[in-house]
Amino acid sequence: MSDRLRSALRWESGLALLVLIIGVVGVTVSAQFLTSNNLFNVGLSYGEIAIMTLPMTLIIISGEIDLSVASILGMCSALLGVLWAKHWPMLGIFALIAVVGLAAGAVNGLLVTRLGLPSLAVTIGTLALYRGIATILLGPNTVANFPATYTNLGVNAVPFTGNAMTYSVALFIVLAVIFGVVLHATPFGRSLYAMGASAEAARFAGIRVKRNKTILFMVSGLVCALAGVLWTFRLDTAVQNNGVGLELDVVAIVLLAGVSIFGGKGSIIGVVLAVLAFAGLQSALLLTNFNQEAAGIVTGALLLLSVFGRNAAALSGRFRKWMPARPGREPGHPAADPSPIPPTASTPP
Amino acid sequence: MSTTLVSRSERPPAAAGPSARRLTERAFRIRESGIIVVLAVFVAVTASVQPRFLNITNIQFILINTTVFALLALGETMVVISRNYDLSVGSVLGLSAYLSANLFGQHHGIPIVAVFLAGLGIGLACGLLNGIMVSAGRVPSLVVTLATLYIFRGVDILIVGGKEVVASSLPSAFLDIPKATVFGIPDLAIAIAVVIGIGAYYLRSFRSGRELYAIGSNPDAARLAGIPTGRRVFMAFMVSGAIAGVAGVLWAAQYGTVDSTAGTGYELQVISAVVVGGVAIFGGSGSAVGAALGALLLNTISSALYVLGISPFWDQAIWGFLLIVAISVDRFISVRLTAALRVRGARHE
Amino acid sequence: MKLRQTAWLTGSLVMVSVLLAACSSSSSSSSSATTSTSTSASSSASSSTGALKTGLKVFIIPKNLGNNYFTTADSANSGGAIAALDTLGETGTETSGTAATPASQIPAIQAAISKGANVLIVSATDPTALCPTLNAAMKRGITVITYDSDAPTCRDMFINQASTAQIGTSEVDVLASELHDTGDIAIVSAAASATNQNAWIGYMKQELTKYPNMKLVATVYGNDDPTTATQVTQGLLEQYPNLKGIISPTTVGIAAAAAVLDTSKYRGKVALTGLGTPDSLKKYVSDGTIKEFLLWNPANLGYLAAYAAVEFASGHINGTQGQTFSAGKLGTFTIGADKTVLLGPPFTFNSSNINQFNF
Repeated sequence: MSDRLRSALRWESGLALLVLIIGVVGVTVSAQFLTSNNLFNVGLSYGEIAIMTLPMTLIIISGEIDLSVASILGMCSALLGVLWAKHWPMLGIFALIAVVGLAAGAVNGLLVTRLGLPSLAVTIGTLALYRGIATILLGPNTVANFPATYTNLGVNAVPFTGNAMTYSVALFIVLAVIFGVVLHATPFGRSLYAMGASAEAARFAGIRVKRNKTILFMVSGLVCALAGVLWTFRLDTAVQNNGVGLELDVVAIVLLAGVSIFGGKGSIIGVVLAVLAFAGLQSALLLTNFNQEAAGIVTGALLLLSVFGRNAAALSGRFRKWMPARPGREPGHPAADPSPIPPTASTPP
Repeated sequence: MSTTLVSRSERPPAAAGPSARRLTERAFRIRESGIIVVLAVFVAVTASVQPRFLNITNIQFILINTTVFALLALGETMVVISRNYDLSVGSVLGLSAYLSANLFGQHHGIPIVAVFLAGLGIGLACGLLNGIMVSAGRVPSLVVTLATLYIFRGVDILIVGGKEVVASSLPSAFLDIPKATVFGIPDLAIAIAVVIGIGAYYLRSFRSGRELYAIGSNPDAARLAGIPTGRRVFMAFMVSGAIAGVAGVLWAAQYGTVDSTAGTGYELQVISAVVVGGVAIFGGSGSAVGAALGALLLNTISSALYVLGISPFWDQAIWGFLLIVAISVDRFISVRLTAALRVRGARHE
Repeated sequence: MKLRQTAWLTGSLVMVSVLLAACSSSSSSSSSATTSTSTSASSSASSSTGALKTGLKVFIIPKNLGNNYFTTADSANSGGAIAALDTLGETGTETSGTAATPASQIPAIQAAISKGANVLIVSATDPTALCPTLNAAMKRGITVITYDSDAPTCRDMFINQASTAQIGTSEVDVLASELHDTGDIAIVSAAASATNQNAWIGYMKQELTKYPNMKLVATVYGNDDPTTATQVTQGLLEQYPNLKGIISPTTVGIAAAAAVLDTSKYRGKVALTGLGTPDSLKKYVSDGTIKEFLLWNPANLGYLAAYAAVEFASGHINGTQGQTFSAGKLGTFTIGADKTVLLGPPFTFNSSNINQFNF
């Protein structure tokens, strides 16, 4: 545990430094960067994505992945539009959307735990299925003109924050605290790390792996339903392609946070920092004359930084061992293999 | 992606003698025949509702549409077998498609073979980058290739900008490649089938090919057994990249118009095809022929949806549903198969 | 030490300037199209008084970057919006995301506002999703003009490439004349929720009532993705053996459908028309797969939008129906209903004129 804590703290401190650097660079290249107006805009654009990273973190730590998040967002957005157009009461709509989100997550969870299907493949299927349901619900139509009480969350800031914080960011902060407590301070959260490290060992230790994973997927569905509602009100639009393509960004941010794709490692603090880094960098680039055609390259570079940076310590340690001053080989190396430390792609870092 | 009971039991028995080898061969045959049966049933059901589904022109359409995906599935299979992922195939395809097809416009009279070689080279270069980072860097391939997905696509957009390669700049002989048929079967489909066959033979009969399975089953054991895992994984990514590069040139021949969006989203489709085709997502088992059949099945489903004329708003949902069904059926076959193999394995001891 | 610092600084400056250069020009060749402009030949009589404002910061925000159609419409080389802005003495910048979605476009709009935009010229990725952002812009006194694709409830003016009704009716008329007013036809559209296409299809269906022997058997959606467009076209050809014609009112769709027809036994048996760019369809016109198709000049559309925006921002027009203004080389234009300006009727491309164009 202390080992994991140590390595986590190392990466989180690196991330914090990165956020700081991005902040400094941002302020340098544009006087607009830290204005309340810009912070508000960034919060608007990234609020829902940030919220979706929280359950994704828990799912990846437990050794799975959920690529259907953006489609659940879209499906719930479509549902909101369709029901609103049918003059359902808003509270009733919220209740139904929550149920649908939970159900969508449950389907994912059951396919993964009961049928034993790989979550990567299954959620590619549900990505299409849920987006397809959104298309069936709305067809070619768009629903707009939602009540101002709700669409105002895309216009007004949270009071007492100097017009800088959006409601979605406020929700993100609240949820981050909740997820953080659950992950780091409850037995359930600890069980996720165990499941990610080795599902078998976890099962033998008495952890109810299948139940916990299903719960995670259901929570993800619920949170994505919330994100769908926020998205719809912010844009005052329910259309079939709301949120298309967001899943890659969500996964990229979670990976940037130092959450290991193999499971068993990661922290909520890292995720919050990664959201700040990601959103901050995109905003800084937009405020300069950076050619947006290259924006994807920056995201990719950040991702590479996140994996190579984490391994830099390990790599440098190995380099040191191979300095000419140490001619002997380590025990256990097959003598026939002349190459440096046998690199393997799949050993967890 | 932690090791679970599931993945371990999906490993074929160790190649420890002629009886075991026959077992492995039988295992592959059964998996592939399973997919063929599903394909046949699906085609039969569709044809009974809409006989024109089996028109020679429609079969030609399906075969040609499948060629690009079958090729990509071959490359992806090699990577996935070794317990890695290559998510950058769509971006590599797009980059190669534009850069190579553009050669026709820049250098009039350039031989078509040269353009194919150029595509191969571009793909090889991208695969090289992936391979180096994954094998030498000891970093998870899912993250690396997600990053290169962004980076290669970003480079593509930067280079291409708003330009496009148009059909009028391509020689007729090039655009006619998908047209040529022998006895009604497109030449291209035959060529791709031969390539898949070569790939399958390599994986099954060459030591370096079989070593990919070993690496995917248990990387540490493979390394300790003296397999140069780094080199093998590096080679797998190079081949995957090279294949994606060639697929890009074929893409240009099929569609005639190439811009910066070519190949977007293909990675998820290729992963789906590979999983449906029986390649274990955790590595260690699967066949190239199975993956190609998976690609064929998925393209057949697409075509059926459009030929049956089901309301277009339902297409995506049905597609997602059928994908989940296909993955489940394949899992069902694999579980039964593993059980049967274990019984047989016990009997042979 | 100082030398190294200077070298490092120079190196980074070079890198930064390369990046900046990367974002400035595009390489679309200039267009020599002579698509019709509207109204009178008398050039100077504009109803506005006084000089136009100069030094305005204008941001052009197409649906996405890396899109051939918008590159032609926006850049200076092709005589598009930025060319007009340069003539007028304004600063024109093209910016957007790369995904053609509101999520990708909105941050670019917000950044433009933060950077002090006076004018926004936007091709809307969605008719309503941009409204919160565009309304906020207009509240700050920024002129918001939409072009190519409208957001009807949240802009000052809309520059339409051609009358929506005319686009729809012309495409049906072109197909009808090729089919001698008889036969089953189908439509290969873009995304199911694409506003422009849906509006045009509405008018197509209306126009079809004039041809009782022509029947629309299906409308399918290619999602502006070549693979999907190809598959839906193939599905149409197999499902409807009596299909005689296809209309595809989207450049990706018509190019994909043309490729399908071109390489199959259906070439010549199924007529194809729709909206497409001349460059991408030259081959298919020359070998007879397409006889005629329609479009407009995107560069002229951008050019007109730029002029209209500057006129609006200078206070010479305010969108009222009947006002006129001058749009440089394109002549004088009159504002129509709903604060909309029409570029002109759609232009018909065929084998006799297609080689004159380079976009």
